[in-house]
Amino acid sequence: METIIREGSPKTPYVKLDSEKGLIEIKGRSIPENSVEFYKPLIDWLDKYGTSPLNSTSVNVQLEYFNTSSSKCILDIFKKLELIYKKGSKVQINWYYEEDDEDMFEAGEDYQSIINIPFTMIEMEE
Amino acid sequence: MGFDIDKWYSQKMQGEVILRYMGEVSADKITEALDGIESSLNLKNEKNKTRKKVYNVFVECIQNLFHHVDTPPATASVDLVPKFGVIILARDSSFYRISTGNFVRLEKVSIIRDRIDQVNSLSDEELRSIYRDILGNEGITLKGGGGLGMLDIVRKTGNKLEYALYPHDDEYVFFSMDVYIS
Repeated sequence: METIIREGSPKTPYVKLDSEKGLIEIKGRSIPENSVEFYKPLIDWLDKYGTSPLNSTSVNVQLEYFNTSSSKCILDIFKKLELIYKKGSKVQINWYYEEDDEDMFEAGEDYQSIINIPFTMIEMEE
Repeated sequence: MGFDIDKWYSQKMQGEVILRYMGEVSADKITEALDGIESSLNLKNEKNKTRKKVYNVFVECIQNLFHHVDTPPATASVDLVPKFGVIILARDSSFYRISTGNFVRLEKVSIIRDRIDQVNSLSDEELRSIYRDILGNEGITLKGGGGLGMLDIVRKTGNKLEYALYPHDDEYVFFSMDVYIS
């Protein structure tokens, strides 16, 4: 399976989907007007990865900003990961937020309340 | 005749204006506006927390315009561009204000009014639980916003949305909204 790497842009995050390492990273900002267009290939990749995932998948989400249109797409990604987890593979989501960023902390809590996967909130010093 | 947009605009220019824009709200214009506020010294000197909040809420406000605005009526004294909108980010003493304005067709007025009045009536706890319900259960709307924009703005700012609907002609009104970030 191919590894997808997308460099960050002013409106879209850096993304790495690595099937060999079982590593998924989303970093930076996610504020595109059309978030579905941006996230569709990533969700398709996860569908494919989900058919034969590694025993353990790590997911690091370190976002500076994201808009409400991305919030739905990020949830779609988590839902795909939840399917993988329910089938018996280990999945760990790490949600990074800056120490004084209550909004990003609460956003992590929102996802944590919706999906059932081990979810760790990690505070970063500024 | 009709709504006096120039007068409205000058009233919204109070305080230290960081960014103002009137015209077509396209994806490129949004990128330019965001670059503009990021390089604004005013915000650079701000606490990280406040800077991020202002930026985030500004993104929601301008993309709300992008997803919902129409071509203005031919009777309005503005450029007849598609997706016409106005956005102003200003600092008034201890708070930031984001003002938006756009023409809307009369038939949309009750939807807008009901939506904002409903969001404004919610407690913090209700805001959080409704936000989570919509995020978790509803599919994305055709416009891509998912119905979360207004909720997100109120949740992040902790302040009610202030709005006014000014008559313009038989078919259109002018919708003005102010968002305050303390």
